[in-house]
Amino acid sequence: MTDSFMRFDKVTKDYGSVRVVEDLDLTIARGEFVSLLGPSGSGKTTLLMMLAGFESVTAGAITLDGQRLNDVPTYKRDMGVVFQNYALFPHMTIARNVAFPLEMRGTPKSEIATRVKRALDMVQLGHLSDRMPGQLSGGQQQRVALARSLVFEPRVVLMDEPLGALDKQLREQMQLDIRELHHRLGLTIIFVTHDQDEALTMSDRIAVFNKGQIQQCASPRQVYDHPANRFVAEFIGETNLLAGKVSGVDGGRVALTLPDGSVLQADGAPGFSVGDDALLSLRPERIDLHGPADALTGLNTLRGDVADTIYQGDHLRIVIVTAAGRIIARVPRKAAEWPNGSQVVLSFRPTDGWVIAP
Amino acid sequence: MSRAPQLKALVLIAPLLVFLGVFFVWPLVTVISQAISDPAISRVLPRTASAISGWNGQGLPGAEVQAALRADMAANTDEMAMGDVIRRLNASKSGFRSLMGKTVTALKESPDKPLAEIDKRWGDTAYWLAIRENASPYTDAYLLESVDLERGSDGSIQAKPAGSSANGAIILRTLWTGALVTLCCLLIGLPYAMVTASVTGWKRALLLGAVLLPLWTSLLVRTAAWMILLQENGLINQALMGLGLTNAPLALIYNRFGVVLAMTHVLLPFMVLPIYSVLLTVPGNLMGAAASLGAHPVRAFLRVLLPLSLRGVISGMLLVFMSAIGYYITPALIGGATDQMISSVIAFYATGSANWSMAAALGLILLVLTLVLYALYNRLSREPGQMG
Amino acid sequence: MIMTRLSKYRAALVAGAAVLALSGTAALARDLTVVSWGGTFQDAQRELFFKPFAEKTGKPVLDEAWEGGYGVLQSKVKAGSPNWDVVQVEAEELALGCADGIYEKLDWSKLGGKEAYIDAGTSDCGAGHIVWSVALTYDGNKLTGDTPKSWADFWDVKKFPGKRGLRKGAKYSLEIALMADGVPANEVYDVLATPEGVDRAFKKLDELRPNLVWWEAGAQPLSLLQTGDVVMSTAYNGRITGLNKTEGTNMKLVWNQSIYAVDSWVILKGAENKDAGMDFIAFANAPENLAKLPEHIAYGLPVKAAAEKVDPKLAPDLPTYADNLAVSIPLNVDFWVDNSEELTQRFNAWVAQ
Repeated sequence: MTDSFMRFDKVTKDYGSVRVVEDLDLTIARGEFVSLLGPSGSGKTTLLMMLAGFESVTAGAITLDGQRLNDVPTYKRDMGVVFQNYALFPHMTIARNVAFPLEMRGTPKSEIATRVKRALDMVQLGHLSDRMPGQLSGGQQQRVALARSLVFEPRVVLMDEPLGALDKQLREQMQLDIRELHHRLGLTIIFVTHDQDEALTMSDRIAVFNKGQIQQCASPRQVYDHPANRFVAEFIGETNLLAGKVSGVDGGRVALTLPDGSVLQADGAPGFSVGDDALLSLRPERIDLHGPADALTGLNTLRGDVADTIYQGDHLRIVIVTAAGRIIARVPRKAAEWPNGSQVVLSFRPTDGWVIAP
Repeated sequence: MSRAPQLKALVLIAPLLVFLGVFFVWPLVTVISQAISDPAISRVLPRTASAISGWNGQGLPGAEVQAALRADMAANTDEMAMGDVIRRLNASKSGFRSLMGKTVTALKESPDKPLAEIDKRWGDTAYWLAIRENASPYTDAYLLESVDLERGSDGSIQAKPAGSSANGAIILRTLWTGALVTLCCLLIGLPYAMVTASVTGWKRALLLGAVLLPLWTSLLVRTAAWMILLQENGLINQALMGLGLTNAPLALIYNRFGVVLAMTHVLLPFMVLPIYSVLLTVPGNLMGAAASLGAHPVRAFLRVLLPLSLRGVISGMLLVFMSAIGYYITPALIGGATDQMISSVIAFYATGSANWSMAAALGLILLVLTLVLYALYNRLSREPGQMG
Repeated sequence: MIMTRLSKYRAALVAGAAVLALSGTAALARDLTVVSWGGTFQDAQRELFFKPFAEKTGKPVLDEAWEGGYGVLQSKVKAGSPNWDVVQVEAEELALGCADGIYEKLDWSKLGGKEAYIDAGTSDCGAGHIVWSVALTYDGNKLTGDTPKSWADFWDVKKFPGKRGLRKGAKYSLEIALMADGVPANEVYDVLATPEGVDRAFKKLDELRPNLVWWEAGAQPLSLLQTGDVVMSTAYNGRITGLNKTEGTNMKLVWNQSIYAVDSWVILKGAENKDAGMDFIAFANAPENLAKLPEHIAYGLPVKAAAEKVDPKLAPDLPTYADNLAVSIPLNVDFWVDNSEELTQRFNAWVAQ
């Protein structure tokens, strides 16, 4: 990263004797959309709370635009926060809610009115400005919260699972809306979620959290295709993991020998040497299925028997038992169907596999 | 909905309706009618009542009125009803009690003896005026008297002579004491409720328990405890003098200070609990949200938490105030003579002198005050309507 | 929200109370119920009269305590079949109720005739039971040397600095104020019967206003004296001797200008145990039984033969002792029956100033 707009340096947070964030380093660029993704209790929300100033930092430093934030109270941090439960003020109208941060900053009255209107129009709620929050649907309330957190043009917008309380359709709509706002306004957004699809859809980069540490922070494509470790591989999307020993390294290409002696070629992170234990991560949708007689060249192949076929609407999930273990393949519906018990050959290109440390 | 379940529901709540009717509606109607009507005289002395209406109030009434009174008294067989007549007349004009007693006895012996010969007070216009004043079964005299007013001889409403009655002053004092207690409860109860709502676990249980404990203790016991604490050589004065903070004991009891202190303690739960329950419905992160939007904690409190707890604050203030103005035991035990509230006056009329009408009239004043406040509360609490 | 919650509780309470009320109506024959003034006095009565009478008749006697108030009795009788039979009432309640007809007429032949009683103890509806005084009282251990001897001394805050306790109410306060102002004891009620006399009494009370502490319950003046909250107070004589005996205090009582009154037994009109009540009164007021009362509590006895039987050592402590009687005045019941309401109102107004 060339632009270190926001930096976390060895940030640690303890609750009593429990360490929830440990020696965390992270740098975020201006205008970047970074998702903090991880299971509950992984420390992602705690990090956001420290960033917002709701929680103190036990050790380390958070800097924003060169300013050390550790001891700056929340109300001086100039960050917009969007909460999962919206946190609208129930006793104020929508307009008053959105005007609140401007009033706190002493913005002139006339300017407040136009900016509130602009913010509400931006989220398509200009016509509801006189309603009370309780009269709005969840999605509308979250749009208001969004408008309120953007109206004062904060340096950073923090979102704590903002779509968690919405139903699926609304959530997907809002994802696109937020993404669009991000692009249009050039916002820097830190977005906490435990929903990987959401993270993949919206982010410039995803920071995958586990046990208080960032496992990997990279673009969605990178995180999905080239997970840094087994946790990331398993947490993001679905994968098949085949254990073996490294039998050859050629640049980025790793040869992995499975226990039954068959050898697979795949891309891998640098740093492997011959004889290392390793795992091959193979995404189900990267697998092709063939009949035993088909001629295949330049591809990795594995033989197996179809154990089960699960119909999933737009695709089929096929469970295949191989010498290397059970493998799940995901094939389009228009592909040939295989009755249970029939022999098949699995194939994948070396660039579609990814070798990681066990 | 079909008819059968409705009927069933009605049967289920019937005991409640009957109870409300018998123990709430009926007494209320009785009290109101007691306050404005007293048919004793028109019933026991019907001839006198009709005869005296023709008298202009000047000089003594004519012979026909006197004869009517004699006839009524001779015809009466119900001693208790006559007792009511006497009580009512005596409340208007002191001395009627012994006068009537004497007259009843004398008329039994010699029915034809002229009234003026039985007692010279029958020659006093004031006694006859009292009869005329009370001849109607309906009267506003009690209601007027409960606020220190009376009807003059020409029927116009006028203030009672200064120093003869203090109901107005005592009602004002009652309201003032209630207001002071409410204010004290608010000053202690609001922060207390906020702290209670903001902590969790055993701390919250402890804080709630501390405020609920008094509710589980008899009012009399709590009041007695304050007496022990506050008296001249009580614990507080002993401690203050022991520490050398004062030389002479402070006057803590038998004055307004003691009354307000003890009542504040007794009524505090009624302030804390409504505010607390409202605060529980306020999402915990609103203060955080306000801070993130740039509000200093003090401004966040004033703009967000305080307005949101207002509904509880108003409920609490009303509950405390409405309870406080009906207080009787605490002012009686902890207060001095100048701290007695309207309830003690009501108690005097009810149990002391059996003047139920006067007690009812004062009770009605108290009831009306309470209802007005309740209506006010309803208006105030409906305004922010959409929340909660 | 809290209101709805409250009303929910109220509904539950109401339902519960309804059940109680219904189950309580099952009427059983009630035992003879005697009502007195509670405290150590009633304890003594229980030993001397209630228990022996129950043993004699073989039927239990219930005893309850009350705190006075004519309205209480009136409402019980008016409601029909009162749950009390025999009540010990003060003179005013006796006079009011007898005129109103809320008491049964007594059978004086069972009581030995009216001539067996002192005059103040006889009425068609009531038989005198005790004679008690309201008198000036002080702590003999605190006030030594010159001691107060009259109501004039009670008003003298220079000679005896400190607060004074008076029973809250017009009754007693006005009489005492007039005596302190120099009205001879036997003319007090004549003076008080005139508007000028009432003004004079209130004016005299004005003088003492900053030094007054009002008491209501009988035990209060003694604790006020013990704690030193007041230096002098009016008090009921029986309480004083009682306290001196039980707690070894040295409370002194000034018989001069004290005011005495008679408490009587009455039977409420329509009482279920009217006849047993009559027998009980005869038993309790029988000279040989009543004479034992002063050993427990220093009240005088309106039954002449009983008064004669009292231990001569105890007699000087009683209001009915000749020397004490000579310097005290009887409470004028008729005056208070006529004027209580008006003067109470005026008294409340005066206090409120």
